[in-house]
Amino acid sequence: MVLKHSSLNVLVIDENSIRASIIEVGLREAGYDHVTIIDDMNGLARRITEINPDVIVIDIENPNRDMLESIFQISRAVKRPIAMFVDKSDEASIEAAVEAGVSAYIVDGLKQERVRPILKMAISRFNAFARLNRELEETRSELENRKVIDRAKGLLMRSRGMTEDEAYALLRRTAMNQNRKIIEIAQSLITAASLLDPGSDT
Amino acid sequence: MTSKYEITAGFLPLLDSALLVVAREKGFAEDLHIDLTLVRERSWATIRDRLAVSHFDVAHILAPMPIACNLGLTAPAPRMIVPMALGLGGNAVTVSGDLWHQMATSGAVPDLNARSSGNALQRVINQRKPKRLRFGVVHPYSGHNYELRYWLYASGIDPDEDIDISILPPPDMAAALASGLIDGYCAGEPWNTLGVMRSSGHLATVKAAIWRSSPEKVLGVNSRWSESHPEALGALLQALYMASLWCADSRNHVELASLLATPAYVDRPADSMLPALIGLLHVGGSKTSGVSDFFVPNAKAATFPWKSHALWFYTQMVRWDQVRHTEEHKQIANDTYRPDIYRGALKALDVAMPAASSKVEGALKIETPVGSSGALTLGPDGFFDGGLFDPDDVDGYIESQARR
Repeated sequence: MVLKHSSLNVLVIDENSIRASIIEVGLREAGYDHVTIIDDMNGLARRITEINPDVIVIDIENPNRDMLESIFQISRAVKRPIAMFVDKSDEASIEAAVEAGVSAYIVDGLKQERVRPILKMAISRFNAFARLNRELEETRSELENRKVIDRAKGLLMRSRGMTEDEAYALLRRTAMNQNRKIIEIAQSLITAASLLDPGSDT
Repeated sequence: MTSKYEITAGFLPLLDSALLVVAREKGFAEDLHIDLTLVRERSWATIRDRLAVSHFDVAHILAPMPIACNLGLTAPAPRMIVPMALGLGGNAVTVSGDLWHQMATSGAVPDLNARSSGNALQRVINQRKPKRLRFGVVHPYSGHNYELRYWLYASGIDPDEDIDISILPPPDMAAALASGLIDGYCAGEPWNTLGVMRSSGHLATVKAAIWRSSPEKVLGVNSRWSESHPEALGALLQALYMASLWCADSRNHVELASLLATPAYVDRPADSMLPALIGLLHVGGSKTSGVSDFFVPNAKAATFPWKSHALWFYTQMVRWDQVRHTEEHKQIANDTYRPDIYRGALKALDVAMPAASSKVEGALKIETPVGSSGALTLGPDGFFDGGLFDPDDVDGYIESQARR
């Protein structure tokens, strides 16, 4: 199976070089040995001619897609790639690809069964990457929140002589009573404190 | 207010996304119980793909593109209809300061005249042979590509033999010009004005000078969606028509420029949007030139989806070897544009309608009253070379343009 794959020349075009590498690794693990990445769009047309790929995987947000499709139309130097999915039975796959933010082109005449695993791989890696980004974003905002809550605790400890645990318990109780989140209570406490005493905690 | 219809529309950051932007931001959509969501994209290919998988119900799209989709020239292609145009005109041809200098030496004057600048360009190209100039356009199936080629060919320049035409995203055009990657480009606004203001480009001519009152962007609609949501589509056409009236009112131009300038839409300074709206363009070298109908959002039936426009685009696809001419292909192009839906939807607004759905393009030398109510005038709409396109004689037109 590995041997069968390795003859396909796969090009990954993605301005996000991390995501491109993630796809490249996946493709290599699956036995595709001829994988090229382009993350710099300078001279894209010339490089595609040089690489002469059988399959192109591209980030759907890439503004050069119109240019790319036009190269396929006019160029006689490149084998003619076409959109990967041309028959109606593939509607679900198209949708999954667009949803994940990836598009693919294959050289005309190539059996779709041979290249479908490549798109499947790209879709799952694009999705994984998006999930990772989302988690990173969540972690970042969680860290932010923790800082705000720490400041609110500090305020209570100083102004009411509470221990850290007592301060946190008060924030939590207030949040529960008002049916709000602790971060919201902490935020309004800091706002209120800065309004009452602009010098104290800003 | 609760909304009856939820509609998602894709658009590209261009001046002529104005009708959709205004329909949303000035409340015309909301007035008609439409919750209109606008999603900005970075390529026409993605607009097409997201229409195909129903992420978008409708989109701001290049006028020839729905025809190309229905002809199967691009895939994956949704079946599409065009029930409305989003204005007339709006493009220009910008050349580098260096090329303009050579053109000026060969007789070009900065008045945007398509005839004199085309002749000057032809002389420059002859002197440079065999070194070719490079021009950029935004898409193979675009008004830009066809009007640039029309202008060049009528000026004695073969767009396939004498120059190179490549595809670039509009926001990259000015930088490509400044870096010498291309010598000129045909694009929509604000990308010409920005090329002049920031990259010492120079306007050679404008769409309105090549073909006055000509089609540019349309509302492309996934036909499956339109069949299952006829009321929503009708309401949207009404909202867009109200928006076109608002855009056309000169008292709103400053506000419209600021609205389009915001990060969610074109995300470029308002002063790069205003020249096209008021029709006073920076030509280059701190000169300005007035083009009263540079971009027409409402007048001259600017939102009417003329069958003759669809057919003209079709003839250009044939002319430049993008599709083979057959009766069936012609019919597909003809059927893509749907003036019947436009008429049906706007009847309630008592909008003055043209009596016919097709016209001889280039025939009106002066402003001419048409339609039953008399409130509507069309033209002037001439091609710069005096050409006429009779939609009843597509074969003859294609034959007359065949390259030998």
